[in-house]
Amino acid sequence: MKETIAELEEKARELRVSVIKTLHRSQSGHTGGSLSSIDMITALYFHKMRHDPRNPLWEERDRFILCKGHAAPAQYVALAAAGYFPKEDLMMLRRLGSHLQGHPDSKSTPGVEVCTGSLGQGLSMANGMALGLKLDGKGCRVYALLGDGELQEGQVWEAAMAAAHYRLDNLCALIDANSLQIDGEVAKVMNVAPIADKFRAFGWRTLEIDGHDMGEIVAALDNAETIKGAPTVIVARTVKGKGVSFFENKAAYHGVTPSDEELPRALECLGEQCNL
Amino acid sequence: MSNMIATRDAYGETLAELGGENKDIVVLDADLSGSTKTGVFAKKFPERFFNMGIAEANMVGTAAGLAAAGKIPFVSTFAIFAAGRAWEQIRQSVAYPKANVKIVPTHGGITVGEDGGSHQSVEDIAIMRAIPNMTVIVPADGPETKLAIRAAAAHKGPVYIRLGRNKVPTVFDDGYRFEIGKGVEVAAGTDLTFVTTGLMTAQAVTAAGLLKKEGVSARVVHIATIKPLDQEIILKAARETGAIVTAEEHSVIGGLGGAVAELLSEKHPVTVKRVGINDRFGTSGKAEELLKYFGLTPQDLVEAARETLAGKR
Repeated sequence: MKETIAELEEKARELRVSVIKTLHRSQSGHTGGSLSSIDMITALYFHKMRHDPRNPLWEERDRFILCKGHAAPAQYVALAAAGYFPKEDLMMLRRLGSHLQGHPDSKSTPGVEVCTGSLGQGLSMANGMALGLKLDGKGCRVYALLGDGELQEGQVWEAAMAAAHYRLDNLCALIDANSLQIDGEVAKVMNVAPIADKFRAFGWRTLEIDGHDMGEIVAALDNAETIKGAPTVIVARTVKGKGVSFFENKAAYHGVTPSDEELPRALECLGEQCNL
Repeated sequence: MSNMIATRDAYGETLAELGGENKDIVVLDADLSGSTKTGVFAKKFPERFFNMGIAEANMVGTAAGLAAAGKIPFVSTFAIFAAGRAWEQIRQSVAYPKANVKIVPTHGGITVGEDGGSHQSVEDIAIMRAIPNMTVIVPADGPETKLAIRAAAAHKGPVYIRLGRNKVPTVFDDGYRFEIGKGVEVAAGTDLTFVTTGLMTAQAVTAAGLLKKEGVSARVVHIATIKPLDQEIILKAARETGAIVTAEEHSVIGGLGGAVAELLSEKHPVTVKRVGINDRFGTSGKAEELLKYFGLTPQDLVEAARETLAGKR
């Protein structure tokens, strides 16, 4: 297992590098939230989920919904690394005619299950998928990654209520709790704490982890799979901009991309030589 | 026009039939299954019926997820809570990905009656029509509702079907063939054309009868599918009769009247008069009283026709 964790950590590092290069090229997109969620996305695509990049619509696949759709670059680099589409496509992020839209679009991108980007709607869609898979007697699991700022949307709590009501134990939500949103600290803009207590009160099982500790992420995902009769939420404490020291914990880097000057320093932080 | 059937009753019945024919049909409601008649389906197929509680936004998103898992969800509540409350969920989760979700609200328009303005949706056609990928249907009667529901189930992609609360006169007989996107001439005429939808089609048929006594030959074209609009039948009416009166149980802004005016002003300008709710909210009262109050009776259509003929180019 240790080796697997080390491999996943290396994969996450590579994906961070890919996010930085992609966002430097596009000069548009969300850096901070992509970097805070990438360890969880790495664990899902390269460890936990059953999926087939050569057959994105394989019926037996586990589903992933990026509810916080603005972290699309994190999902796109994972999909490219997994082989859903050529890595060169990443350089077309957010360009006219590209299949990589600013926010995930199931019509455009292989491996993207639904359309997200308008916050608060993804968990409802995850519920629907989980219900549909249960109706068909399929053992597939549904993973939904939300931001902590996103929890301010009332629809999230409608969905939380419904997931517990329908005992969706094939559903696992992950909260990328990086504590920052566009206008500043989540606690100051509109406090959502205590997150786990709220979900527990809604009837969910909760796991609280360090969202950058690959061992904890993998253990929580494995653990969630064994919980029956209720949905599970993994509340992951994360750092916005994680991995690039001068982006870390800065709300200002929510929707700002690396400049030409920042690129080599960012790559250096990630242990990567800049040879562009 | 003989027997009276509420379009919501026709819906409940058809949905329950469809449930037996296709196991992928699932139904969601937001605590109004008795009123919307999805309760009929719920009784027969409880495992495929999901009461989502009084939470319309989540209901629409859940339906989108079910569609992504290969199901054909029908979603019902009152029109204002579907189109109004959950508009952006319909846009983002349903229409944008072209999810195979059928949104079938009941209690559209002012004939909701006593519940008043809060519950009377007079804007839903306009706001649903504005969303790309969306098909918008307003059946005239019970028989057409049954056909429209079946057509929607067979159609791949999002559909909005607006139904009503009250019993309405039956316009169509057993031989009627419904097709999404096709209008139908229900009365022949040469002097002007009523272009109507929903329960206003029956009103227009009555109005055409009244006009005939005055020597005016009024055509009635029923438009069930407001989007995509049957341009051909409307342009033909404009060319052949030279004057159009639209009528709908909806605001004059953005609904059928809006769609027809948009089309004709660009492709064949003729005199157009829009009969509908004049940019106002509804109010409490009996359905019949409200039709009078808001000017949606056959007599109102006769007057609109006279006015239109006077101004005919």
